[in-house]
Amino acid sequence: MYDNEMKLEFLSKSSNEAFARITVAAFVSVLDPTIEELADIKTAVSEAVTNCIIHGYEDAEGIVKIKARIIKNTVEIEISDTGKGIENVELARKPLYTTKANLERSGMGFTIMESFMDEVDIDSVLGLGTKITMRKKIKKHLVDIEKEEIASLGGVC
Amino acid sequence: MNTNYIKKDKLLTVEITEEIDHHIVEKIRRKVDDEITRYMPRKAIFDFSRVSFMDSAGIGMIIGRYKMMKLIGGEMEIININPNVKRILEMSGISKIITMKEKRAS
Ligand SMILES: Nc1ncnc2c1ncn2[C@@H]1O[C@H](COP(=O)(O)OP(=O)(O)OP(=O)(O)O)[C@@H](O)[C@H]1O
Ligand SMILES: [Mg+2]
Repeated sequence: MYDNEMKLEFLSKSSNEAFARITVAAFVSVLDPTIEELADIKTAVSEAVTNCIIHGYEDAEGIVKIKARIIKNTVEIEISDTGKGIENVELARKPLYTTKANLERSGMGFTIMESFMDEVDIDSVLGLGTKITMRKKIKKHLVDIEKEEIASLGGVC
Repeated sequence: MNTNYIKKDKLLTVEITEEIDHHIVEKIRRKVDDEITRYMPRKAIFDFSRVSFMDSAGIGMIIGRYKMMKLIGGEMEIININPNVKRILEMSGISKIITMKEKRAS
């Protein structure tokens, strides 16, 4: 069983990009992430959702789905579309690789997701869609660790 | 309003007042380009003091405006960058070609 789980579905409109990253950040906040960890997650979600909208559906209307789970201190986020799919996943992961340079895309989306999250899996089938699964462990703050140590000492005495 | 403009001595300051993502970039790009082509500044200064978030859409936007400033023989600078935005700029290599100044201590 997961400690917590949520699902979100919305239309592939660019105005939903901020909604998606803010909602996931709020869901994750129970883990008490640092400002930097929260920024990492928001950025990775923004990248994956934007990719569904501009590449998966190419600005046509579709549904973007997000499933987020908390398992102990790890957050797992799945972001999927049922759009056109990725032809070559290995190539797509490469920094600066983009199929939409004409739209001023920089090809840094996957590079950012990979450096801000611990793991990024890409499942994609041409013509059927793409699912990105990302995981990140939220580190415990020093104060929490100290509190636990004090509590365990209490048990010994 | 997503942007404010200050024009002085052929310096154009573009203040962006929202989180920079694909949605906002689509809205502001043309406006920024209009201001640049009408004023023809010798330097465009992007003020990021109110930008708390930026993703890869911002990288594309900045590179596009940098190319435009190059084309008209001008310079470009980004000021008041917060640490999270700075990490993205550094990852993209933009920090090597565009002058960047961090957020002033307040
Ligand atoms: N959901 C998706 N559906 C179809 N193709 C995708 C999807 N996500 C990514 N791609 C493909 O992978 C490429 C690389 O994606 P990545 O996010 O790294 O760069 P980008 O979106 O092109 O540019 P940037 O994210 O820097 O604005 C895209 O150009 C696109 O061809
Ligand atoms: Mg992208």
